[in-house]
Amino acid sequence: MNVEPHQIATIAAKEFWDRLRNRWVLAVALVFTAFALVIAYFGAAQQGVIGFQSIDVTIASLVSLAIYLIPLIALILGFDAIVGERERGSLDLLLSLPITRLELLLGKYCGLAAALAFSTIAGFGLVGVLLAVKLDTSALFHYAGFMVSALLLGLSFLSLAVMVSVFAPDRTRASGLALALWFFFVLVFDLLLLGALVLTGGQYGGEIFPWLMLLNPADVFRVLNIFSLDQVRTLYGLATVFPEGLAAPWKLGLIMCAWIVAPLALAAWRFKR
Amino acid sequence: MENALTPPLDLPARVLPMAAMPAGGEAVTLAGVIRHFGAVHAVDGVDLRVARGELFGLIGHNGAGKSTLFKLMLGLIAPGAGEIRIDGTLVSGAEFRSVRRKIGYLPENVVLYDNLTGLETLYFFADLKSVPRRDCAAVLERVGLAQAARRRVREYSKGMRQRLGFAQALLGRPQLLFLDEPTNGLDPEAIREFYAILRELKAQGVTMILTSHILAEIQERVDRLAIMAQGKILELGTVQALREKMDLPLWFEVKLAHADFSAVREALGNLPICAIEARDDHVAVQCRRESKMAVIAALAALGGRVLDLNVREPSLEDVFFGFGD
Repeated sequence: MNVEPHQIATIAAKEFWDRLRNRWVLAVALVFTAFALVIAYFGAAQQGVIGFQSIDVTIASLVSLAIYLIPLIALILGFDAIVGERERGSLDLLLSLPITRLELLLGKYCGLAAALAFSTIAGFGLVGVLLAVKLDTSALFHYAGFMVSALLLGLSFLSLAVMVSVFAPDRTRASGLALALWFFFVLVFDLLLLGALVLTGGQYGGEIFPWLMLLNPADVFRVLNIFSLDQVRTLYGLATVFPEGLAAPWKLGLIMCAWIVAPLALAAWRFKR
Repeated sequence: MENALTPPLDLPARVLPMAAMPAGGEAVTLAGVIRHFGAVHAVDGVDLRVARGELFGLIGHNGAGKSTLFKLMLGLIAPGAGEIRIDGTLVSGAEFRSVRRKIGYLPENVVLYDNLTGLETLYFFADLKSVPRRDCAAVLERVGLAQAARRRVREYSKGMRQRLGFAQALLGRPQLLFLDEPTNGLDPEAIREFYAILRELKAQGVTMILTSHILAEIQERVDRLAIMAQGKILELGTVQALREKMDLPLWFEVKLAHADFSAVREALGNLPICAIEARDDHVAVQCRRESKMAVIAALAALGGRVLDLNVREPSLEDVFFGFGD
């Protein structure tokens, strides 16, 4: 199919500027900055210490926060991308124009992704700049890695949200589905895995658990960050069952990319029908 | 409501559609088009041809299938069976994208973006239609929204939104316009100006298909119309042809000097009159079209006793309800 990039860019630009104009980008960036600052300076308060301690502990704490917050923000951002236009009645007008359904879908995703990326990079990046004086090159590299993986996490859940917005018949059900996805991937999935592991006494299927973790972008994000931090690797339960060969950052990065592409592809297939 | 639609006669030529379609031929062809939604036969075997440059009306009750037919013609939904061609191109084909550039569409319930200004809204649609942004201001002016160009759409009244929707449909010199209930929310003056624009477009050879529930509004304006019911086209033709086909009776309204009801009855004598009624200040006489001249002659014989005489042709509404029945 002939895809015209300028049509995608037009839709994307509108989506991005809408989020910038209604201060969504600013609000989310401030939330990320505030949480990152609090975690960086008060993350070790339980041990009776205040102030920045180490990049490993900071990133581990940020991962714990980001794994709840970023998927939720991404799902809220994208759940009504298509169904909202359909429900408002503006979808027919858009599709009567010389734009294909694929271009519209990609434009929506790219615009929302740009807004999310801008917030993530600005929010966490500002804290990175503040911490830069206290970090060496290696620590900065780790922090940059965390930012990139946080971005990939957001983009993968945004992709899921856009998929929901295509499949759902109305906004109410789309929001319900988005919340259900968040519960499943962020809260329930690991419990199910752990439960299965405990039930089987760890005797059966232990080798497939790492692969099952790849079925959850939130877990991939966690593993991606935890495995790069020697200090905290041992603190995490499920992540420690992950074979080191599978935990190469580029492999996990590719899996995150697959989590971006696959839901979008499914959404594009459904939207064309 | 903002200022009424103003007809600026000195618009740049590129802003309004020109007669780009060759004279003659068909702009829209539907052959055996069917679209069912479960048990609902939204469109049920429609054959229709709309000539280039024609102003075509589509009327019917709510749920008659007009909006579904629009969506089919715009390629928004696929037909279950049949074939739709716009400007000779299959709507379902990949080449239809280029045809879309020649189409303008105003949906029944136009929904625009509240957070954009009127001008930004047109910029957005202009970008998607690959129309230069410099054309937008003139189109806004044409629909009477120049003063509100930099106001957010959320501040617009319903009528202003409708005009902005019309403006986006006019972008890019469309050669075919689909207008679904286009005068929704417009005040009488704006409706008059709207039809003035349609007249200009028609003079330029633009094909237009419009629906309306206000039959009196379109009966003198469309070249032909189709009456739809339950997904089918019941009748198709000019308003006059449909009147004749229905053979609905005419009404004479006779105002007399002394409300002499019996004089009228006497004058009409043995003529085949359908009905004769005394009303407030006149007598109403109903007869078939073929008796029209005989009735006029009989009433003329009353001489000075007749103060005034009006002949009322059946309206499109009469025709519509006649077919509906």
